[in-house]
Amino acid sequence: MTDAHGHAGAHAHGHGEPQGFIWKYVFSVDHKVIGIQYLITSFLFLLVGFAMMLLMRWQLAIPTPGDDFDPEKLGMMRGLLNWLFPESMPFGFMDPVFYNQLGAMHGTIMIFLGIVPLGVAAFGNFVMPLQIGAPDMAFPRLNMMSYWIYLVGGIVLLSSFLAPGGAPQSGWTSYAPLSIVAPPGQTFWLVGMLIVITSSLFGAINFIVTTLNMRAKGLTLGRLPVFCWAQLVTAVLLLLAFPVLEAGAILQLLDRVADTSFYIPKDMIYGATVFPRAGGGSPILWQHLFWFLAHPEVYVLLLPAMGIVAEIIATNTRKPLFGYKEMVGSLIVIGVLSFVVWAHHMFLSGMRTSLATLFVTTTMTISIPSVAVLTCLLLSLRGGMIRFNTPMLFALAFLPMFGIGGLTGLPLGFAPTDLHLHDTYYVIGHFHYVVAPGSLVALLGGTYYWYPKMFGRLMNERLGKIHFWMTVIPMNFVFFPMLIQGMFGMQRRLATPTEQWHNLPVQGWSMMIGIAAAVLFVGQLPFLWNFFWSLKHGEIAGENPWNATTLEWACPSPPPHGNFAKEPEVFRGPYEYSVPGHKTDYWPQDEAA
Amino acid sequence: MSSAAIAETNTGISNAKLGIWSFLSSEIMLFGGLISAYIILRSGSAHMVMPPRSMMGIPLATFNTFALITSSVTMVLALAAIQEGNIPRFKRWILCTIGGGLIFLCVKAYEYQHKWAEGITISSNLFGSFYYTLTGLHVIHVIGGLILMTYILVAGSRGHFTPDSHDRVECAGLYWHFVDLVWVILFPILYLL
Repeated sequence: MTDAHGHAGAHAHGHGEPQGFIWKYVFSVDHKVIGIQYLITSFLFLLVGFAMMLLMRWQLAIPTPGDDFDPEKLGMMRGLLNWLFPESMPFGFMDPVFYNQLGAMHGTIMIFLGIVPLGVAAFGNFVMPLQIGAPDMAFPRLNMMSYWIYLVGGIVLLSSFLAPGGAPQSGWTSYAPLSIVAPPGQTFWLVGMLIVITSSLFGAINFIVTTLNMRAKGLTLGRLPVFCWAQLVTAVLLLLAFPVLEAGAILQLLDRVADTSFYIPKDMIYGATVFPRAGGGSPILWQHLFWFLAHPEVYVLLLPAMGIVAEIIATNTRKPLFGYKEMVGSLIVIGVLSFVVWAHHMFLSGMRTSLATLFVTTTMTISIPSVAVLTCLLLSLRGGMIRFNTPMLFALAFLPMFGIGGLTGLPLGFAPTDLHLHDTYYVIGHFHYVVAPGSLVALLGGTYYWYPKMFGRLMNERLGKIHFWMTVIPMNFVFFPMLIQGMFGMQRRLATPTEQWHNLPVQGWSMMIGIAAAVLFVGQLPFLWNFFWSLKHGEIAGENPWNATTLEWACPSPPPHGNFAKEPEVFRGPYEYSVPGHKTDYWPQDEAA
Repeated sequence: MSSAAIAETNTGISNAKLGIWSFLSSEIMLFGGLISAYIILRSGSAHMVMPPRSMMGIPLATFNTFALITSSVTMVLALAAIQEGNIPRFKRWILCTIGGGLIFLCVKAYEYQHKWAEGITISSNLFGSFYYTLTGLHVIHVIGGLILMTYILVAGSRGHFTPDSHDRVECAGLYWHFVDLVWVILFPILYLL
């Protein structure tokens, strides 16, 4: 069936397009197929992580049975949960250990298997080679390996639920020594993470070499779209930060399986006896190694989102971006500074005040380039002829949502206020504002924006707008109350917060959060329907449905194997919209003057 | 490397070479993370007890350092040979490089056995843990390098490399020098200081 297609493509471009379904869609080395594989897989993982979160929010809404609880009359939901998880959720009330497992796995899945693969690997793989006018990535086979290794790593991480004692339960941060004495699921986590790290390492090498080496003629770095710059900086972060977690994970793995004591102090008491190890290690060492990765990781989550928003805003305001150079400069500065802020996650570990001061200073400094990017994006709107299509709505929502996420981070960056807020829901609210209403919203916008390039058809606008409102409004009802709960001192990481008296005054908000989370889930159904329905029934997109200027719109939708019929040549910067005297309001990069 | 392939890249550096440099920079962070963990606990933990020097077998480790450095030199000579298109000499020097790596591994195996018998094991104390972790990871890299060298030898014998096109030899060489360099750092911090 696909042979006929494949043959035509191979003749047209001479790239030797693979034949047969398996080689074309499963073990493909084509960056576009790999990008779409990443897109679908990471959306699936996001769904899994979301489902875990829904279970946790169910538990938090009503943590313990009330006086009127009758085990004979469970109702539909409790009955279902009781039937699904007889051991871990008897009568629909969650076992705290299961809550810890879900917490750790929700974080791990959403970050390492969901948002990062979506933002970096899916959009980066699909869009970046097109935007730089390349026929494919520099190392296509490495690219394919990267996807399959990622999938294996994801499966290993998920299979930890089947391990004796269940999934990892020491948080996504896996703090030692708790993680050292944890059941075998933690070993799955470490092995899975090592595999995922290898995958992202391959990806990062590929992205860096491709962006630096394979740009079309005339596409200087100063004419590179912001999205490609964001991907380049992100790839450098992945390349240099992930190996440090790899080092940390190797040490933790050895602590668990080879009886070493890198993270185990001398004479540690565990279970009322001295833990039988040589000891002498330091639990704080793990925190340093972990956060040395995990802070740059925050920017790995964020920078691709910023790049996507920049592309969508430039296209839909019909004017050049405000401050292209400043934005690119800020992205690079963010990348550099993100390596020297990690210990602001560790103010509670008892570090010296002088050291804390250093990290407070660097943390406040990194907020400057972040604000610069946001300001440039905001000012880009000024005087534009804004088209309020679905991708643009998501991009516009990103600005205030990420703004809230960033600004609520400032009190956490100052050591004195962090001491109060650190173990509360405020932290949860803050970083979710950055990642969910921030990054994820931008990534959804990117999906609507590049979907026509991926599949040749536009997504439905009406469903898209329903999805938009059903996403952004419930998200705020989920995360904003957490900030309030946190400021009242409600502690995070508890399956039954009602057991602590000081959590009771703000417990009521949790019911609202639970309802909002359920609405958020319902709100994603139009998106799922739209995604699959539009594959067949969407409006035919054509080469350039948004009248955009960058190179990915200069090839057919979907692009054939090898992308461009002939190698494009670039004559100008990426955002030449509404240039006076030009016949259209957009001037594509590859259009000869 | 073919000059045509270089002309096609924007930086003038071939994809393979840029790729291997990126890979090596991430390797630096990997070993850097482990070595700084060692240095931090070495200077910060009261329980990091160093074994007496006599137990470390410094003369043997010095010989091993010499073997590995020599194999780096022969790697350079192999590259020079292929640049002149002298395949027999290229094969000879690659064999010497593989030989150097094998000597290193044999000595390392002997050392491990000896130290384990004398009571320095991976779980005996913090130093033992670091010793086996750092050198073990390095040994894995040496084994990887030897596999790479074997591939280079076979591909070279089949005439895959010419004076104009031998990017893979150069990349394998860069990797091998890196593995050598890691040992040159590990040797003093584990054995001498």
